[in-house]
Amino acid sequence: MSKRNPDYDFKWCPGCGDFGVKRAIEGALVTRSATKSEPIEKTVIVAGIGCSGNLVHLQEGPQPFGIHGIHGRTLPISWGIKSARPDLNVIIVSGDGDFLSIGAEHIGPQAKRNVDLTAIVMDNGVYGLTKGQASPTTEFEVVTPTTPLGKLDDKVNPLETYLAAGVSFIASSISTQVKQLQELIVEAMDYPGFSIVHVQSPCTTYNDTYALLKGNEKEGIEPLAKPIADDHDPADYVAASALARSRTIPIGLLYRKENSIPAHARLDAARARSKMHQQSVEDLLAAMKI
Amino acid sequence: MSKNLIVRFAGEGGQGVVGGSEIMAAAAAEVGYHVLTFATYPSQIKGGPAWGQARISTEPVLSSGDYLDVLVALNRYAYDHNIDELREGGIVIFNSEDFELEAGARTIGIPADQLARDSGNPRAANMIVIGAVAHLAGMPLRYLEGFVTQRFTRGRPGDDKIVEGNIKALHLGAEEAAKTGLSLGSPLDEPSEIVGERILIKGFEAACLGAMAAGLESFIGYPISPATTMLTYMEANFHGPNTFVGQASSEIESITAIIGSGFAGKKTMTSTAGPGFSLMGEGLGLAWMAEIPLVVADIQRGGPATGLPTKTEQSDLLVALNPGHGDLRLPVIAPGNVEEAFLAGAAAVNWSERYQGPVILLSEASIAERSQDILKPDVSAVIPETRVVSDGALGNERYAGGSVSPFPVPGGPGAYVANGSEHDEQGDTTHLPEVHIQMTERRFAKLQLLEDGTYEAEQTDRPVVLMPWGGSKGPAREAFERLIAEGDEIGWYYTMYLHPLPPAMLEDLRSKELVIVPELNYLGQFAGHLRSLGVNAHPIRQYTGLPFKVVDLMSAVRERMQTASGKLARV
Repeated sequence: MSKRNPDYDFKWCPGCGDFGVKRAIEGALVTRSATKSEPIEKTVIVAGIGCSGNLVHLQEGPQPFGIHGIHGRTLPISWGIKSARPDLNVIIVSGDGDFLSIGAEHIGPQAKRNVDLTAIVMDNGVYGLTKGQASPTTEFEVVTPTTPLGKLDDKVNPLETYLAAGVSFIASSISTQVKQLQELIVEAMDYPGFSIVHVQSPCTTYNDTYALLKGNEKEGIEPLAKPIADDHDPADYVAASALARSRTIPIGLLYRKENSIPAHARLDAARARSKMHQQSVEDLLAAMKI
Repeated sequence: MSKNLIVRFAGEGGQGVVGGSEIMAAAAAEVGYHVLTFATYPSQIKGGPAWGQARISTEPVLSSGDYLDVLVALNRYAYDHNIDELREGGIVIFNSEDFELEAGARTIGIPADQLARDSGNPRAANMIVIGAVAHLAGMPLRYLEGFVTQRFTRGRPGDDKIVEGNIKALHLGAEEAAKTGLSLGSPLDEPSEIVGERILIKGFEAACLGAMAAGLESFIGYPISPATTMLTYMEANFHGPNTFVGQASSEIESITAIIGSGFAGKKTMTSTAGPGFSLMGEGLGLAWMAEIPLVVADIQRGGPATGLPTKTEQSDLLVALNPGHGDLRLPVIAPGNVEEAFLAGAAAVNWSERYQGPVILLSEASIAERSQDILKPDVSAVIPETRVVSDGALGNERYAGGSVSPFPVPGGPGAYVANGSEHDEQGDTTHLPEVHIQMTERRFAKLQLLEDGTYEAEQTDRPVVLMPWGGSKGPAREAFERLIAEGDEIGWYYTMYLHPLPPAMLEDLRSKELVIVPELNYLGQFAGHLRSLGVNAHPIRQYTGLPFKVVDLMSAVRERMQTASGKLARV
């Protein structure tokens, strides 16, 4: 918050990827607010529970509104905000546990409604705040406190999940590339429909994947994170699916559905077509007259 | 002459037994009778035992009635399972195409389907039966003719033929009954002249309209018996540029979505029943903690788990008061009849705005689904309350002070974080003991703003009083009036504001020797709650999935009164 509370007792670990995400969001909000001449108070950050969710309290500079709710429910809370106030910008800050485990059931419905919001999912492949348990994006066979025999569940592929659910705009990024992340967030916010920016945001304490993502040329280790080629057409669902299923993690704009009609525009159009009209309570009671 | 006619249509789901009772009631209401309906049916679309009951009276109706004047049995099972509730001198009408009854003095076999075909409208079997009932009760057929004409004149070609067929069906049914020479003895009194503007309305409609009168702007729900009707009513009727109605993908979505809408500055509501309400527990805790105004209507059915989805019960009171983990106790308003359902809908929205938090509108299947004639509610008497919105004077100190504080609305000044973690005045997370103490006390102190609930009190000098809640009010009231008329010494207390209770009423109750609480649950939930508040309350419990009968309540109350002077058995 603008007036930092010295007793506020949440801190990220040194080197946490979420610091980069925080800077990118702050940059995106300031940039967008200036270009749109829109006060930052028209933005609401909806936070999940976990290390990622605490980002809402750590924002520096001009302050947006925030809601720090309960585990896994950022998406329906955001739907409620947008259905009430389509004029507000809604940004979700969530993690792989909050978004893809306990909250996974809400991705499909929001995608089908095409709620005009932007979800930024910080993926560190682990439950950090509860100290290192396996998450949906933890690799198969990895040993963690909850998988002492090695993880027996297959790893969830987030990008493939989003595509299959029908999410309209899907970008993939990495917390070390703050400038590119910031641009993707602005583009996602400008997009009329449900957008997700999925960010590799390593956990330096329980799952440090910086080296894997970056690779090591000298040792012949190919980087896991690989920029999406310039000739990729984001409107091409099949091409996006192929990239999502590739061995590496594609970085950049993966998918952007054309002619997206967001939830509130669908409602307006349906109401304009409908013969149903506004009736006062008096009218409705009068219709029941004996 | 008789003041009352109680008729039950019993058969199986899909046979129109509920429709039969509703038409009977609507037609009677049309000419000035007071009516109340009750139905019970299984949780399936077709088949299974079902019945609908209409009570038609020259006086305002308090309960669906104890014993039947007429039982309409459409199959053998319906006859066998309802005949015990026929009063002495009552008459059975049975579908003679489906089964035969031993020749009895007071039974009328009617080939309803054959007669319907004869009428020219094969779908008018219900009208045949209704015509027969009307004849038995001495209700002039012209009442029903007028209603049929109005109901089936819908501006479509062929209306005339449908109206004609239905009217013919009424007459064929009446003639069939006349052939037997049977009657109910004393015919139903003429209805009194309709005084004031009266409407025929269902409980769920009244609750929705009350909330709308208080300025509701958003409604999000998920289908669940017996609360679905609220969602579909809103979807069909709540239109406007500043309104939103939506169907969620689960009750977890419903509650968290309306938290979003409430946070965004809107008056918002959802409806659900037991299982869905359980799923909303964590969300309701968030609304309490982050101080988000919203209303949840819980239309009780039998529980736990899937329980009795289409039956009535009053077993969600404890979970309504404490739906989530941790230190919280939510405001609860439980209407006792259809008139009160309108007032409760309005009061729930107003309370949520005033104290900035979640309010539970606790009703039950028997009220939500009942049709009742009531005086048209005075909409102008509902004064919509709206939360005090922040003008930015307090900066981002959303949670400043020991009670309610100005509410910053997104887009306006006072940006803050609405936080479900314990937080300081600006919404920052903190675990400091002194802040948790202060904020916990703030949240409970806000409830004092809701201590303006009204209540009923009669015969207040009596040491033993009857205090029902919710839908048990009707049968309890009827029992109370009969007990008083028969010389029993008992007092009456009632409120729909269950939490917080009106303080003056609670003080009175604490001074009573015994407070008898009729309620439809095993635990005696409200009685237990009252005992925790220092009231010597003891329940009369019933857990059949059906409402109380007045005669049962009278004898249970008398039993309690006899033991009141001595030691009461532990409940």
